[in-house]
Amino acid sequence: MNQTVIDAHNISKVYNPKTIPVYAVNNVHLHLVKGEFTALVGPSGSGKTTLLNLIGGLDRPDSGNIFINGTDITSLSSSQLVKFRLKNIGFVFQSYNLIPVLTARENAEFIMLLQGMTKSERDARIEQLFRQVGLEGLDKRRPSGLSGGQQQRVAVARALATKPQFILADEPTANLDSKSASNLLDVMYKLNQEENMTFIFSTHDQRVIERAKRVITLVDGRIVSDTAEVNVTEAHKADG
Amino acid sequence: MWLIKLAWKNLWRNRSRTYITTSAVAFATVVSILARSLQAGIFDNLVNNIVSSYTGHIQVHLKGYNDEQVLDNSMKRSSRLEQDLRAIPGVVAVTARLESFSLVSSGEKTKGCMVIGIIPQKEKAITLFDKKISAGRYLADGSNEVLMGKELSERMASQVGDTVILIGQGYHGSTAAGKYRVGGVMKLGSPQLNSRLMVMTLPASQELFSADSMITSYIISLEEGADLNKTSSEVHHLAGPAYEVLTWEEIMPEIKQHIESDARNMSVIQWILYILVSFGIFSTLLIMMVERRFESGMLVAIGMSKPRLQLLVMLESMITVMMGSLAGMMISIPVVTYLSRNPIRLSGESAEAYQRFGFEPIFPTSTDPGIFLVQGSIVFVIGIVLSLYPVYVVAKLNPVNAMKK
Repeated sequence: MNQTVIDAHNISKVYNPKTIPVYAVNNVHLHLVKGEFTALVGPSGSGKTTLLNLIGGLDRPDSGNIFINGTDITSLSSSQLVKFRLKNIGFVFQSYNLIPVLTARENAEFIMLLQGMTKSERDARIEQLFRQVGLEGLDKRRPSGLSGGQQQRVAVARALATKPQFILADEPTANLDSKSASNLLDVMYKLNQEENMTFIFSTHDQRVIERAKRVITLVDGRIVSDTAEVNVTEAHKADG
Repeated sequence: MWLIKLAWKNLWRNRSRTYITTSAVAFATVVSILARSLQAGIFDNLVNNIVSSYTGHIQVHLKGYNDEQVLDNSMKRSSRLEQDLRAIPGVVAVTARLESFSLVSSGEKTKGCMVIGIIPQKEKAITLFDKKISAGRYLADGSNEVLMGKELSERMASQVGDTVILIGQGYHGSTAAGKYRVGGVMKLGSPQLNSRLMVMTLPASQELFSADSMITSYIISLEEGADLNKTSSEVHHLAGPAYEVLTWEEIMPEIKQHIESDARNMSVIQWILYILVSFGIFSTLLIMMVERRFESGMLVAIGMSKPRLQLLVMLESMITVMMGSLAGMMISIPVVTYLSRNPIRLSGESAEAYQRFGFEPIFPTSTDPGIFLVQGSIVFVIGIVLSLYPVYVVAKLNPVNAMKK
């Protein structure tokens, strides 16, 4: 049986609740299992990023509960959430967000230092990660000496460094040219296939949507379609 | 350790800003040290001038003499006490004096004067009477001549080689009278002393006032940097309850008040300087936090705890301010040393005013290492206090809001 990674029940996030309420996320149910390669799609303002922030423990829902690997993150304090994120969630941002004064290797190593990993553990992990994301030989370069695609692969390596439960990627290909975007998707897809790493993207990028195993569409903070449900329904129909 | 390394690297992400901040802190430290060392140097110089002009650092009298300065409140000179006083740590010289008042007469002129009997060789180690001779010569031990203040000699129309007659009251109501040759004229700093002082040897004064073996005070001089109050207590302890021990501050409270008042004024200027420094550092911190708001949000998002991030920004501020204050201290050393050896010299009317009071018209700096350390530390502490602002900003940081563009 597939292991549940994310289980969100009835989550809502409302802005301006006392004046003109705007539901960024409206009564959303979400269930993701280990190894999913999921794209959150929808028009701008549909609530993709807010949903990612809620799942990632960066923001708190106004109602509902989110369980990550069985832990209700909505009941954690801010400092507990920081620790939880560090151990369980990897983040990839649209604009890479590497620390400019650190080399590619140091950027990936940074999160391991936060976890208190030993030097030998870090060295072994970095070597493995840079091989996986195809950055061998570039480890001493600073972000300014890397292309956008290479920087985003460093960000992926950083997100993977602590072996998280899943990786949240907010528009990861938005700033990349098509070749770099395709390379990055190959890297992430390979990690998903070989390491069974769970990825959740928010994206507008058709290339990402095409590669996703599951596509969830949001409109006005509500899930209007989820290919997993379609597949389940189709499977039921086939069974019937 | 890696956090310190990261803080160090972060400092150099914007080299110009780091150089400007460090230079501002260094400049403030230099100005602060220079102002304080100049103030201390001027006060030290003032005290040295006063102490060496007449009073010495500490005086020992028979109890009650300071309130009623008459010969009947004199004491027997004790070589043993003198030796013991000399042995107190920090004491460099001890001498004895007999002081009283008399009328001085020359030709048809008569005037009241203060007569002091000194031990010429020992007195040289404390006051600068020998350096103030403007005509004639300094007293020799056993000499029967007198030295007169310049203004007194002018008023009496007495010159070197002339004879003056002293008439007054001696010890226990006896009559004091004597005839003395003017051996020298002294140009003294204090106008009061210049117009009233008559100096002779201690034995000559004891003979004049029929006060054999009696003295009115021991004058003590201390080495530079000696603790005045601590030494005074030790002197008091040694001399015993029959004696009164007074520091120059107690003998001349008006000078002490003047120094304290000047110090207060100077501290206002220094506080203004500290405020300017604070604004300089604070504006840099503000810019830094705005520039790195997004990154701070990202760091918290990926799992850096806020206390760790606070420590990081605080380390950056601390390193910057430490570099600035250390650089300021290093730059100050040669500047202050040079000004100590080559003091600022006043000219014109200011110089004349100083010289009128017998003071050398110079503004030397003090090279007391404590000044460098204290001023450097004050600027450093200001930096640390201001670095609490980024710590506060991080405490309030919401990663989602921080990462919004």
